[in-house]
Amino acid sequence: MKKFLSTIKWKYYIGYLVITLALAVTGILSAVNALPNSTLYLLEEITIALILAISLSVVVGFLGELSLGHAGFMCVGAYLGGKFSAVICEKFAVSDSNFAVFLLSLIAGGICAAVFGFIIGLPALRLKGDYLAIVTLAFGEIIRNIFLNTSSESFGGALGLPTPRMNKNILFVFGFLLVLATLAVVQNLIRSKHGRAITAIRDNEIAARATGIDITKYKLLVFVISSAFAGIAGVLYSYTKATVRSEIFDYNYSIEILVMVVIGGMGNLSGTMLSAAVITYLNNKLMAVLTGNLAVLQNLVYALILIGIIIYNNAPALKNVREKYNLGTLWAKITKPKKDPAKETDDTGRWDVVPTKIEMDEVLTVGIIKKDIEASEKKEEGKDE
Amino acid sequence: MSEYVLETKGLGISFGGLKAVSDVNLKVKKGEIYGLIGPNGAGKTTVFNLLTGVYTPTEGTFFLDGKELKGLSQEKINRSGIARTFQNIRLFNNMTVVRNVMVGLHNRKEYSCSVMQSIFRMPAHFSVERRMREKAKELLDIFGLLEERNNLSCNLPYGKQRKLEIARALATEPQLLLLDEPAAGMNPIETEDLRRTVEIIRDRFGVTVLLIEHDLKFVTEICNEITVLNFGTVIAQGTVKEALSDPQVVKAYIGS
Repeated sequence: MKKFLSTIKWKYYIGYLVITLALAVTGILSAVNALPNSTLYLLEEITIALILAISLSVVVGFLGELSLGHAGFMCVGAYLGGKFSAVICEKFAVSDSNFAVFLLSLIAGGICAAVFGFIIGLPALRLKGDYLAIVTLAFGEIIRNIFLNTSSESFGGALGLPTPRMNKNILFVFGFLLVLATLAVVQNLIRSKHGRAITAIRDNEIAARATGIDITKYKLLVFVISSAFAGIAGVLYSYTKATVRSEIFDYNYSIEILVMVVIGGMGNLSGTMLSAAVITYLNNKLMAVLTGNLAVLQNLVYALILIGIIIYNNAPALKNVREKYNLGTLWAKITKPKKDPAKETDDTGRWDVVPTKIEMDEVLTVGIIKKDIEASEKKEEGKDE
Repeated sequence: MSEYVLETKGLGISFGGLKAVSDVNLKVKKGEIYGLIGPNGAGKTTVFNLLTGVYTPTEGTFFLDGKELKGLSQEKINRSGIARTFQNIRLFNNMTVVRNVMVGLHNRKEYSCSVMQSIFRMPAHFSVERRMREKAKELLDIFGLLEERNNLSCNLPYGKQRKLEIARALATEPQLLLLDEPAAGMNPIETEDLRRTVEIIRDRFGVTVLLIEHDLKFVTEICNEITVLNFGTVIAQGTVKEALSDPQVVKAYIGS
């Protein structure tokens, strides 16, 4: 048993474990009615944010393209999936919490968003960096405004689209299950030959092409998968609200998802998930705490906290503090005494750790006696003269 | 099957009014090491870019083993059997050494595995991954990089990065390998090592090599035939001795 446990690469499964644990704890608590409504709403928001952040991280973190229109794909999912479920619920007179309708509308919303992802993926083949960012930004705004200007019979227009509201005691459970599904798909994709091809495109597109990697296929694939999950998050969102309003999906929201991915670490899924949860919690708390006249401070405090996090993560002066107190080192201290890099038998898939780090101080001090240094310095001086 | 692995016919490209390369006729026999030399700016790398699909030739065409490849994309040309390395090393820096080679193995038929198979973790995925890793290790062993397989490729010393780039190119199973200044920036020991590596490529893999090089000693030692370019046109062709003693070549290199 112990041997079996040691062969598992915990790093790959930690995400699943944490989510399952969170699901179990909150599920039990809500079953005994121990969770207040505000916590249930927060859980719904967190699951949506997690799905969005994980799916955006495929584009930004692994493919290396900047997308500023993620909320646009979510908007497509929310409106089309929401409309789908509203129509079905009305036609067949089923309750808002009907599971089959929910599942069908998830699929419908996901597919609709995926189609848009494909369309946006096409220019992504020709455009790079800032230019693609502008295209995606424009897409997000256009799609939102289209829905804003629809008639009240079709998509509700400025009044918003009325959608089914699922029982909040159940919805977050589905939310967590969807997070697990998203994580599984994204992680399995990334940790396969296809994921390797995608990261190869990020690392060096010219070399990837010369190595025969099909850039077209993989870029489109990434955009389709990412936007499909954004669409699913949108459907989930439509189920958390009685009316879906287009103002929510503005570029600020896209930027916020991007912030989650960037702060969590590009190409680091666990970090992205952590930051998505923390940022959503932070926003929620700020909104609850700073009310009335203090509400104007919400954005300011939020920004200050983000700046604080970024400084802590990147400032060279804080390097020692970071290394001492990060989760990885603490965990390593508990689990493994010390690993000899020479004894590592196989590629452990450490994407972010630089294995051949040399402590310069150690190298410089070993075996050198002060006397010797002085002597050699004198010799050098003699030569110069 | 054609007698020549690579045959170019009047290959050339002009950018606007500037003729960068014109009328290049190469005939590279199977199993040969063929050199492409010339002063700086002669258009050697441009020829490579034409052969790998980075540029589409504006005149002439080229054949790999009798099959015309003009106008295909870089990916398709690579899959048809031309692999290359770059003058300035281009590795996947954030990946380990073994993963770099595994990317090279990506398109081989024996390692095919659909996206769905990977996402749903079908048995095919695991078997493909395991076999790819074994194959990559095998290749790394041949190039003496097995020890370094878990290092990030950007942490390798220069000479080993060059070798890794060659290993990655060979992993795509090419018929023809284009090496763009493989010995640039190398010390004599590394150059000697490289010479052996190129011979391994030819003898063990049966791959024909076309290389650009400025190190004339290296070229004389290893190449069967060479072509000398200057200002985008061929000024001499033939065995190393013949070509290098051509008065035009001497003039181009030393001046009159």
